Amino acid sequence: MTRILIVAEHDGSKLNPSTAKCVSCARGLDAEGIDIAVFANGGDDIAAQAARIDGVDRVLQIDRRENAAPLAAVLAPQIAALAEKYSHVLGPSTTFGKDVLPRAAALLGVGQVSDIMAIEGPRTFKRPIYAGNAIVTVEAPGDGVLVATVRIASFEAAGEAGAADIEKKTLDVELPAHTRYVELRSDRSDRPDLQTATRVISGGRALGSGENFDILYRLADKLGAAVGASRAAVDAGYVPNDMQVGQTGKIIAPELYIAVGISGAIQHLTGIKDAGTIVAINKDADAPIFEVADIGLVGNLFDIVPELEKLIGDRV
Amino acid sequence: MQKIMVCLKRVVDYNVRIRVRPDGSGVITEGVKMSINPFDEIALEEALRIRERGEAKEVLVVSIGASQTQQQLRTGLAMGADRAILVEESDAVGPLTAARAFLALIEKEKPELVILGKQAIDDDNNQTGQMLAALWDRPQATFASKLELAGNQATVTREVDAGLEVIEFDLPAVVTTDLRLNEPRYVKLPEIMKAKRKPLDMTTLADLGVERAGSLRTLSCEAPTARGKGVMVENAQALVKMLQQRGLLS
Ligand SMILES: Cc1cc2nc3c(=O)[nH]c(=O)nc-3n(C[C@H](O)[C@H](O)[C@H](O)COP(=O)(O)OP(=O)(O)OC[C@H]3O[C@@H](n4cnc5c(N)ncnc54)[C@H](O)[C@@H]3O)c2cc1C
Repeated sequence: MTRILIVAEHDGSKLNPSTAKCVSCARGLDAEGIDIAVFANGGDDIAAQAARIDGVDRVLQIDRRENAAPLAAVLAPQIAALAEKYSHVLGPSTTFGKDVLPRAAALLGVGQVSDIMAIEGPRTFKRPIYAGNAIVTVEAPGDGVLVATVRIASFEAAGEAGAADIEKKTLDVELPAHTRYVELRSDRSDRPDLQTATRVISGGRALGSGENFDILYRLADKLGAAVGASRAAVDAGYVPNDMQVGQTGKIIAPELYIAVGISGAIQHLTGIKDAGTIVAINKDADAPIFEVADIGLVGNLFDIVPELEKLIGDRV
Repeated sequence: MQKIMVCLKRVVDYNVRIRVRPDGSGVITEGVKMSINPFDEIALEEALRIRERGEAKEVLVVSIGASQTQQQLRTGLAMGADRAILVEESDAVGPLTAARAFLALIEKEKPELVILGKQAIDDDNNQTGQMLAALWDRPQATFASKLELAGNQATVTREVDAGLEVIEFDLPAVVTTDLRLNEPRYVKLPEIMKAKRKPLDMTTLADLGVERAGSLRTLSCEAPTARGKGVMVENAQALVKMLQQRGLLS
């Protein structure tokens, strides 16, 4: 019997959209039941948000002081304790899921399927390897619980017209005290979230400084777009790490991706393969980014970007 | 601290253009350049810096792989590691088996800190460090961009989707590296000569009493679907027009 447990991702007050994408993946597995586990300190609001996702049967709310921060060492034993009743345990392939789920899988004595792109059978999936330069179909042998992370760029979020039951649960699991959360440093901005935005503009090394990124922000504001960056731009300190797009940054699937002054290294392209339309602006006509771009424009970004901003005006 | 253990994986060099075998059985690895997984190289660099600061006495590099993996361990020794161990296995091992083997080495070697890459750039699994920490029942600090030690405690800054997360934990522990932790040093020729005389021990999964577990079966391998050929436009105006035609701008 296929019963799926999804580990919810949240920031303490809001459910992350990655959870609804995991539900979409789970619905592709012909499950008899899909439950979401919300580990939180409190967590009533988050559980309520999870209960609205279409296709969810039950939300398990595990309210415990130790669950205030998403520490893998604390969450994994609780996930393992819940897992017994399920055939599959899924989580998003975000830094949260990547940190937590393998730890839970090892506690359960099973392997993990990372980055599900497509479902081929109850225990058979497609996933990318070599930075997406090859796609393998893998099967998890045996009949133990199957632990997997879901490549969120590959699934649309499930709708929000559901009304699942919320069940408060107490787990009799001893938790370690060897790991302590200190803080999260993030530059909160009002801009759209990179991972869910329908339009993204990214800048590369060519921007030359953090100040110069302002021209991208101004264009992004006109378009209602999120702003991303290449690794070179992050390494150079122009922008913070959470803006990095690519193999080791964020994998995104916006409708429109505009790469500005980015050469198009394979590690960067991995992050944007699922974008609807890729636009490249680069002064080098031979830049590899033009091999994947749907629309290419050769020229100096410092002329083109301000011009675009003017042309687009408020027409969006 | 006495000892840091660094886990290295031999992988296709990140500059190699990956090609899928025509029969769909995998990617072509014959005759291509092989290197230390870049994230593991960063792990080794970090361990060496800790030792050079006088905060650790010994850096041990370990790997699991075919006999040729000795090359990557020799490179690790040339970078500055003191000693190496190869768990010789000609068949690929999955993350859970690798974690079991590393745990067996931990039990023998008793390191206070284990550092490895957050993912290997071949399978991109991003699992081994987390699994090792689970089996060892010790803290994990994944995706580290900063590592500070203070006695038997450590503080790590982690690169997470929302920004930078800071955690603090007791040693022994497992740390997995992100790209911005450091920039690995280049190996100099005299170091390569010197590395030939450093100890490199061989063992096997069977010697360690480790059974394989959790491996996935690969049924097929294919190239990703290529994107259709794009068009070039002359100027910003033409770009805006094209975006409008495609319904991406109103
Ligand atoms: C293990 C590993 C993982 C990695 N992961 C990632 C990742 O997740 N994401 C990522 O992005 N990279 C990643 N990289 C790095 C990647 O290989 C490239 O080094 C990086 O993407 C290059 O960034 P860039 O395109 O901004 O810089 P460059 O390659 O330097 O390109 C700059 C481009 O700007 C153009 N340019 C310069 N001036 C102008 C101008 N005035 N107007 C217009 N165009 C101009 C140039 O023609 C050039 O094409 C990874 C590398 C490794 C080894």
